[in-house]
Amino acid sequence: MSAVTSDFGAFVTPLEGGLKHLDLAVEGIHCAGCMRKIENGISALPGVTLARVNLTEKRLAVEWQGDSTSPAEIIGAMRALGFPAHPFDPGAERDLKREDRKLLRCLAVAGFATANIMLLSVSVWSGNATDINPETRALFHWVSALIALPAGLYAGRPFFESAFAAIKARSLNMDVPISVAVVLTLAASVMQTMRHEVHAYFDSALMLLFFLLIGRYLDQMMRRRTRAHAETLLALKGDSARRLDDDGIVRDVPLSALSPGDMVVVSAGERFPADGRVSIGTAEIDQSLVTGETDPVKAAPGQMVYAGALNLTGNIQVKVTAAGSGTLLDEINRLLERALEAKSKQLQLADRAAKLYAPVVHLLALAAFIGWLLLGADWHTALMIAVATLIITCPCALGLAIPAAQVVASGALFRAGLVLNTGTILERLAEVDTVVFDKTGTLTLPERGIINAGEVPAGVLARAAALAQASRHPLAQVVAQYAEPGSLPEEVIEHAGQGVWCAVDGEERRLGSSSFCGLDTDEMPSQRDPHASQICYIEGNRSYVFEIGQRLREDAAETISALKARGLRLEILSGDREEAVQSVATALAVNDWYAGLSPTEKIARLGRLKDAGRKVLMVGDGLNDAPALAAAHASLSPISAVHVSQAAADGLILGDRLGAVTAAYDTALKARAVMGQNLWLSALYNVIAVPIAVLGFVTPLIAALAMSGSSIIVTLNSLRARAHAPSTEKASAYPPAAVKEATS
Amino acid sequence: MNIILVLLPVAVGLGLLGLAAFLWSLKSGQFDDLEGAAWRAIMDDDEKPNRQPDA
Repeated sequence: MSAVTSDFGAFVTPLEGGLKHLDLAVEGIHCAGCMRKIENGISALPGVTLARVNLTEKRLAVEWQGDSTSPAEIIGAMRALGFPAHPFDPGAERDLKREDRKLLRCLAVAGFATANIMLLSVSVWSGNATDINPETRALFHWVSALIALPAGLYAGRPFFESAFAAIKARSLNMDVPISVAVVLTLAASVMQTMRHEVHAYFDSALMLLFFLLIGRYLDQMMRRRTRAHAETLLALKGDSARRLDDDGIVRDVPLSALSPGDMVVVSAGERFPADGRVSIGTAEIDQSLVTGETDPVKAAPGQMVYAGALNLTGNIQVKVTAAGSGTLLDEINRLLERALEAKSKQLQLADRAAKLYAPVVHLLALAAFIGWLLLGADWHTALMIAVATLIITCPCALGLAIPAAQVVASGALFRAGLVLNTGTILERLAEVDTVVFDKTGTLTLPERGIINAGEVPAGVLARAAALAQASRHPLAQVVAQYAEPGSLPEEVIEHAGQGVWCAVDGEERRLGSSSFCGLDTDEMPSQRDPHASQICYIEGNRSYVFEIGQRLREDAAETISALKARGLRLEILSGDREEAVQSVATALAVNDWYAGLSPTEKIARLGRLKDAGRKVLMVGDGLNDAPALAAAHASLSPISAVHVSQAAADGLILGDRLGAVTAAYDTALKARAVMGQNLWLSALYNVIAVPIAVLGFVTPLIAALAMSGSSIIVTLNSLRARAHAPSTEKASAYPPAAVKEATS
Repeated sequence: MNIILVLLPVAVGLGLLGLAAFLWSLKSGQFDDLEGAAWRAIMDDDEKPNRQPDA
């Protein structure tokens, strides 16, 4: 392992003119001061032409000329400035951003057109009430048409495209009635204008688009924010692999650049980036993320290791057998796909409403048309009444009702430390009646810690931790987590495989095995958890024994009892040993628990619950949970989870606290209630408005008032979705442990 | 009423101007970092301002 250089080449995008571009996710940017320090510091590097911080997304974009500097130098400079930075590939995000801008452009065009047409319409309405002459009115209508036609066709594209796709797939979504209404309204209004009639509905058509685009944009904004946040966290976790290339150079590459046959280097304390076979070296590995099993396993040449497992000791080289998006067992992948497929068939509330709404409205309009014809009206009057019916039953309220409530609720959850992958999870979350927890990494903390930390005086622990920083031994590393920054004693001597020693103010301190600290084995206190490891600490003539193992999350018990109080049934499904699961289940007073389950068995258990009519919320983090997360009615995953689980879960818990699960459930109930109220408000509005339209009393003025009135009411109601959202105090565990871990 | 023939194009033209200004600011990335932009306004920096990244 002589020549180890990091190469971030895979993250660099070449631009024209020999410029190179790199995006970095940066830790610890909070204010203008940080922003300025970074931009000035990086701009000072040779050849750098651009250094621009995005404070909202905590990103830095750097561009430089040719070979004047390198990503490694930039990252080094960032570290020197006190802002650890991690390169990441913004590829997937770029698409969302483009979509975002397209919607915003449509929204701007619709807003411009609505405002200008309204200006003309208000003049016509007031003119109609007084003495406008027909020529002026015709002129105003023509100018409106001139604005409305191109603007409507442009701003309506998101709806037309989606409606077209739906019809092509022989189904109906909300965009079909929207598109029909917009196109028909515009066409009928042009006809009215050509006939020099009193009423034209250009304003209604554009206002309809404007309101709906607001709803659509809110939805999109939420998805992008979630995505950006998740991407930053992934970059901070440093999900790259160190690949040993044929030229003997070790390069840092993104996971997507790995392919089977590559050789990767994994040092102690790192996770395996891909499935593979050990080719050189031996180490103890912790497979708890993969199997749920907490005892370390030995890995020797020729043995398979799986992505997500943690290397506890020693350097090893692994020949990759499955990589890229296939970094997990084939079986898990297959199960995952099947489960996700089943889930995509579930209908969202908005789609269900659309399925009900579209045929009813179209039939009503048709009935109005035929009815008026039969009653002896001329076909033109009958057609205008049918169009008025379509407009007044406009799905504005429906289109806004659900996204607005989702945005408000997920915004509140975001502040409480929970990121939702989709807004639709709120609907499913609200239906949940059973919560299933994984044990390892979910109920317990993902990293090992000192179980008896509470019984040791704080000062002693801090001094032991300060000493522990000098050692690379896995147990010492656990103790070192409790150290204060900059507390490393000056002179430390490490006795390999035994412990570390230092003397401060003439007092001898030792941290290590019992024999190194001169303790007899029978002097050692009995262990609480037989599978925990022990490490001894001597300070002068006082001795302490730290017990190191899995700890429950701080608020696990509190969360479990809160969930119970809400009438939810609880279960623990774990791949770990029976005693380990039992002790956790007893500590948390959960009666239903299953140990030693394989991923297939976990799914089978969820299947049985489903057959019994239960709606399950699965909370888990391991590779072995991924299929179960995807199969469950709703699912959450802590941020420390493996990639696949995060992708399979509906939401991510950011902090170290499980309380986010309770917060999610409460907020989902509230949001669901608000969405229901909104739908009922829309229905009520239609019940009043439709008869008026069918009877032919609707004028463009009434249509405009009714439409904006109903939209404003549902939007205001949606704001209530945050009313009972949890306070921000719960987010105190932020930034998440995973990020802290990556920093250290 | 002939004044309308002048006022209508003026009104629509001003609206279009506003729309164009918005689309331009969107395109030039001014909506990419709303939080940062707020802070940049109060940074008293004599050095040359940084160019916007090409998105």
